[in-house]
Amino acid sequence: MKIMGIIFRRELASYFATPLAYVFMVIFLVMSGIFTFDLGAFYQRGQADLVPFFNFHPWLYLFMIPAIAMSLWADERKTGTIELLMTLPVKLSDAVLGKFLAAWVLTGVALLLTFPIWITVNYLGNPDNGVIIAGYLGSWLMAGGFLAIGSCMSALTRNPVIAFILTVAICFVFVASGSEIVLNAFTWAPQVLVDAIASLSFLTHFDSISKGVLDVRDILFFVIFIGSWLLASAIVIEIKKAN
Amino acid sequence: MIEISHLTKKFDNFTAVDNLSFSVAEGEVLGFLGPNGAGKSTTMKVITGFLAPTAGSVKVDGHDISIDPIAVKSLIGYLPEGAPSYADMTVLQFLDFIADIRGFSGQEKRRRIDKVVAEVELESVVHKTIDTLSKGFKRRVGLAQAIIHDPKVLILDEPTDGLDPNQKHHVRQLIRNLAKDKIVVISTHILEEVSAVCTRAIIIAAGRIVADGTPKALEARSRYHGAVSLRLASDFDLQAALAGAAEVGSIEQNAEDPRRFVIFPQPGNQVFSKVLDLSQAGQWPVAEFHLVEGLLEDYFRSVTQATAAKAGVSEAPVGQQAGVTA
Repeated sequence: MKIMGIIFRRELASYFATPLAYVFMVIFLVMSGIFTFDLGAFYQRGQADLVPFFNFHPWLYLFMIPAIAMSLWADERKTGTIELLMTLPVKLSDAVLGKFLAAWVLTGVALLLTFPIWITVNYLGNPDNGVIIAGYLGSWLMAGGFLAIGSCMSALTRNPVIAFILTVAICFVFVASGSEIVLNAFTWAPQVLVDAIASLSFLTHFDSISKGVLDVRDILFFVIFIGSWLLASAIVIEIKKAN
Repeated sequence: MIEISHLTKKFDNFTAVDNLSFSVAEGEVLGFLGPNGAGKSTTMKVITGFLAPTAGSVKVDGHDISIDPIAVKSLIGYLPEGAPSYADMTVLQFLDFIADIRGFSGQEKRRRIDKVVAEVELESVVHKTIDTLSKGFKRRVGLAQAIIHDPKVLILDEPTDGLDPNQKHHVRQLIRNLAKDKIVVISTHILEEVSAVCTRAIIIAAGRIVADGTPKALEARSRYHGAVSLRLASDFDLQAALAGAAEVGSIEQNAEDPRRFVIFPQPGNQVFSKVLDLSQAGQWPVAEFHLVEGLLEDYFRSVTQATAAKAGVSEAPVGQQAGVTA
């Protein structure tokens, strides 16, 4: 636990030691602004909520999160520091969790920095702030899901670009599997299968959380999802660390 | 105490380390020699717990690396090949991180960092990011992180690679100072380094031990051991002059300098005094006259190439340079 904290702090500090953290946050804020006000027609809707803001998060994350996650392990492999880290008295689980949490906190900070939009909507009207808080929580959980996939993909290769592309592809599957287009393509299939596909999607779980419905099952979905992908990361690192 | 028994490491179909067994005791500085790809680094990676052995076991101070890796890793200080470190950190941040992981805090951490910074002479760069350092400094940062916890076992993979002669000398001195009550294992290509710092040398080729002994003992196994190197001032029929001497085994003429010769003794004989007497009696035109002590390099080549040939790896023999003075 202590070791995990040390690794977490080092990773987080290294995000801020390079321009990475700042570039990520600025682009994230600009993009979420554009999505909300332009594509989401925030003003034209005339409703005091952040639905247009949260609706675009899955698609924003699809490209932003893999960019952070791609270097989690691929860089360690590329520079050889994985050999240093794995020969220190550090448990693999501490390293995997510490790195993941650092990246997750970075996305959390970026998310918190969108607070002006929350101020705006409170200034303009009387939104249900409980729903907005739930939306933020759901969005952060979803970011964790993306990151966990990215952690595993990053462990697979020493090339960050390949890790990026793989992560985008797999994340896309988990986002799109809940969309109308994909589900409509399965109209021939039994309802159980359609439900199963939909239930694996980020969209399904994120939508219900961001509407203010804090169902334990949705939260549990993300927690288990993150846990499984991190476990897969650890297994991949253990198997592949030599090459 | 490091005990390695029947250690084998395979990558797919390639056997990097093949049934290796040896042990190293406190106070020993073991030089690990071998051609590239012989399995030196792989063996070190298994000892330090980075790679899991395919078969066999590694025990450090009684702890088996496969059963209790954290205990073993706490005892070991390791400089991996190429001295990797987190490039975006400053030297101080990096050493602070390593000290944290090694479980130091407060005053003790401060003291240890100051001590290693002084020991490997990093004072001038402590606030620079590792990224911007020269190869020599990076190597020293790697050394500093390996010794910060005063480990019982120090494993250094090519510690002087990329250093200039002064830095090499300094690192060797550091290793000698550290070695007192520790186990030090270093791998190197530089054979003079083995003679300079090691109390024992193991030569491996194709994943197997081909020689194990003190550097002096290995040198003595070289065919140059006890030979006489000789340079003549003018043309002279050396073959004829030595024809009667039973101790003399063979005479080798240097290809580049035809007046330079190496006179090898018959196995088990001394040739120095005999040749000296003959040269004085016969009034040879001698310009230089040396006793060759034996060359580790020569022995290294003879044992590693024999193994390479057996393994079917054909490698052009490096031209034997005769007349090398010892």
